[in-house]
Amino acid sequence: MQGIGFDIAHMLAGSLVLMSFIQLYQQRLSALLNVFALHALVLALSVAWQAYVQNAPHLYITALIALVFKAIVIPLALRRIVIRLGIHREIENVFGVGLAMLLGIGLVALSMVVMLRVTSGADPLAREDLAFALSVVLLGLLMMVTRRNAVSQVVGFMSLENGLVLAATGAKGMPLVVEISVAFSVLIAFIVIGIFLFRIRERFDTVDMRAMDRFREEQR
Amino acid sequence: MMVTVALFGVLTLVALAPIAIAILAVPLSGKPNATGFVYGACLIVTLILFLLALHVLLEHPAASTITLPLGLPWLGAHFRIDPLSAFFLVVVNLGSAAASLYALGYGRHEEAPQRVLPFFPVYLAAMNLVVLADDAFSFLLSWELMSLSSWALVIADHRRAENMRAGYVYLLMASFGTLTLLLSFGLMAGGDGAYAFDAIRASHPALGTAALVVILALIGAGSKAGLVPLHAWLPLAHPAAPSHVSALMSGVMTKVAVYGFIRIAFDLLGPPQWWWSLVVLALGGVTAVMGVLYALMQRDLKRVLAYSTIENIGLIFASLGLALAFKAYGMHVAAALALTAALLHVFNHSLFKSLLFFGAGSVLTSTGTRDMEKLGGLIHRMPQTAFVFLIGCTAIAALPPLNGFVSEWLSFQAILLSPQLPSWGLKLMVPAVGALLALSAALAAACFVRAFGIVFLGRPRSSKAGAALETDTNSLAAMYALAATCLIVGILPGIFIDALAPVTQMLTGARMPVQTGAEWMSIVPIAESRSSYNGLLVFVFMVITGMATAFAIHRFASDKIRRGPAWGCGYPDASPLTQYSASSFAQPIRRVFGSLVFRAREIGTMPPPGSRAPATLTVQLRDLIWDFAYAPVANAVASIAERLNYLQFLTIRSYLTLVFAALVILLTVLATWP
Repeated sequence: MQGIGFDIAHMLAGSLVLMSFIQLYQQRLSALLNVFALHALVLALSVAWQAYVQNAPHLYITALIALVFKAIVIPLALRRIVIRLGIHREIENVFGVGLAMLLGIGLVALSMVVMLRVTSGADPLAREDLAFALSVVLLGLLMMVTRRNAVSQVVGFMSLENGLVLAATGAKGMPLVVEISVAFSVLIAFIVIGIFLFRIRERFDTVDMRAMDRFREEQR
Repeated sequence: MMVTVALFGVLTLVALAPIAIAILAVPLSGKPNATGFVYGACLIVTLILFLLALHVLLEHPAASTITLPLGLPWLGAHFRIDPLSAFFLVVVNLGSAAASLYALGYGRHEEAPQRVLPFFPVYLAAMNLVVLADDAFSFLLSWELMSLSSWALVIADHRRAENMRAGYVYLLMASFGTLTLLLSFGLMAGGDGAYAFDAIRASHPALGTAALVVILALIGAGSKAGLVPLHAWLPLAHPAAPSHVSALMSGVMTKVAVYGFIRIAFDLLGPPQWWWSLVVLALGGVTAVMGVLYALMQRDLKRVLAYSTIENIGLIFASLGLALAFKAYGMHVAAALALTAALLHVFNHSLFKSLLFFGAGSVLTSTGTRDMEKLGGLIHRMPQTAFVFLIGCTAIAALPPLNGFVSEWLSFQAILLSPQLPSWGLKLMVPAVGALLALSAALAAACFVRAFGIVFLGRPRSSKAGAALETDTNSLAAMYALAATCLIVGILPGIFIDALAPVTQMLTGARMPVQTGAEWMSIVPIAESRSSYNGLLVFVFMVITGMATAFAIHRFASDKIRRGPAWGCGYPDASPLTQYSASSFAQPIRRVFGSLVFRAREIGTMPPPGSRAPATLTVQLRDLIWDFAYAPVANAVASIAERLNYLQFLTIRSYLTLVFAALVILLTVLATWP
């Protein structure tokens, strides 16, 4: 049981990292949103598996939150926004996909080295989980840095948060109350960001961050 | 018990601030009289605190402590009165009471009382709290409160750009000083955070740590006291405040800083190392000479007084250095002598410096200027102010029979004991410092002859000085009280030296011989065969000879006087500007010392024959300490800030990238850390 449990948890966490890479690879917003939904689905599966392995029923609620909000509600809402803004075909990258992928590989290697060093002596399941979670967090950050469009920055932020949840469930530390409040804060952040996107769009006729940067230049 | 009463007094002072605001905000019967109320209440409370501290110092040498459940939860707020803090409470509250009495009159001329009244009682309370505090946290908190409230008073007249600059420099230096004190307390408390002074006393830090603590404390307390080269803020900030606050800052707050240093170096750290005294002595000697040289170059009366404070602080620190040296070698009686000299000078300086600042404030209100080149002849217009100012000048110039002479004489007696020190470094150093102190004493006399002579003698140099009026009774009462105390300390120093015995007993383990029993009220620091001084006899001799001379002149010469026009040197109708001026009085000293110390240059232009243009003489002085110690730091900070300014205008994505890069770099460091 320990062997297969570890393997499946490892696989699911690894798939989450893979999803992050796929996100990095996507250039169009609608495809990106699909991958983000998949990302959240894998997270939900991973959390559910952790609940089963650790015999911690409250983690099922976390998994359910991830599934309902992150895999269904938020991607659907973002898709509506993107379509209403008419930017679902937009292509936007600061630099090439290849370079982003290379950087991502470097980040994963870095997080592996760091985590395996720091957590030596801990439970191997938690160690692997933490290493993967840090990779997901870093890849989410990389996504936020390398994208120009506000929507894809939001997606980067959300996937970063997925990494945090993965770390929390793997480490058996986070109480349910904190998870629920984090989930709600993400939801609220999403709502606020959604409203802002429309406001920004009204003002600038675009959600490309370069327009806002230009505006700041003039303010200077 | 005693400390509880003292804390109640302090609490009353703190409570006065909101009351002051309330009275200012709600004008009673049309015209608010917050000024009289606040200063009157301050006067009463500080007088009570003064009597309490005096009582503790004279009658109850045992320490009394209290711990309140305030501040840090695991520490509480410790307060304590022991002889040392009782003595400094006497100094603080006597100065505060005098300033409050003076301000009853002076405060009426204030243009914006709402910018002074709320902060004044808080400032008094903070100085009391610093002296009462018995743990590092309360000490630093009170210290900061003292700095901040005095800063608010410095910028009370905020419309003048120079005051705002003074406040800015003061705030910077005060934060810097508190930072070093914080580090010094942190080192003393050690890793487990024993911040109560009792715990610090019980722990004995390693030699290196103790040395570092002393250096940091010297920087922290010295920057507040005005030790060269940390003095730069003092001559800017002290004159900028209203005069009664200037008196407090110069006369009292610098003493609170001295208290901080004594508390750390003599009490908390345990037995000193001999070489600490080298640093303190050297800084003290240099400070004394530099302070008085700066003072001689100034033409702003209050700035002269502020620089003279620096000189006196140098003298005090030199005596403290001597006391440290004697204590390190176990020469307890000699240490007690040096410490008594320092403490008596602390007391004396608080008296006459307050008196002089009050006098300067009176001159300022009645003439509207502090520029000595625009004053003159005030002895006819303000005879009483002139009289008390003269007493203050005589005292600070260390002329017998006044109090300044006693404490400086005691310092020199301690210096004369230095050949008994075993260390050759000190044997060579102390006489050199003694020479510096002697030089500074002589220059201080010149400085105050100049200050009094230019301001009060001669003919008025401006129409305002010619139309000046005597100051009000409250101000005069405060000045007379201080002048009388100066005289009493001068002619009966034995009583005051004996009162200091509990303090020296506590800090050096010895005391000076009992003085009150000596014949003819003399003071005998070591032994009759070595030296003694009798202020009373000197005073009586001066009074008798003075009266005899006056009698003889009136009896034998008065009726021989013929009144006629003074010989006008061939220039009839001379302008008052042809009198000796402050700059011309200082010229010889400027030429001897200034060309080296200040790079003084005199540039004279003589118009060609036939031209009617005036000849000019311009004097250029450079403040080398500012140019070489402060300006480079300020320029470096400014240029770095200028270069980093563009970080304010990055895009959101750039900020994210910066955060991301920082995170990755930190992770890489973590991954590759050996």
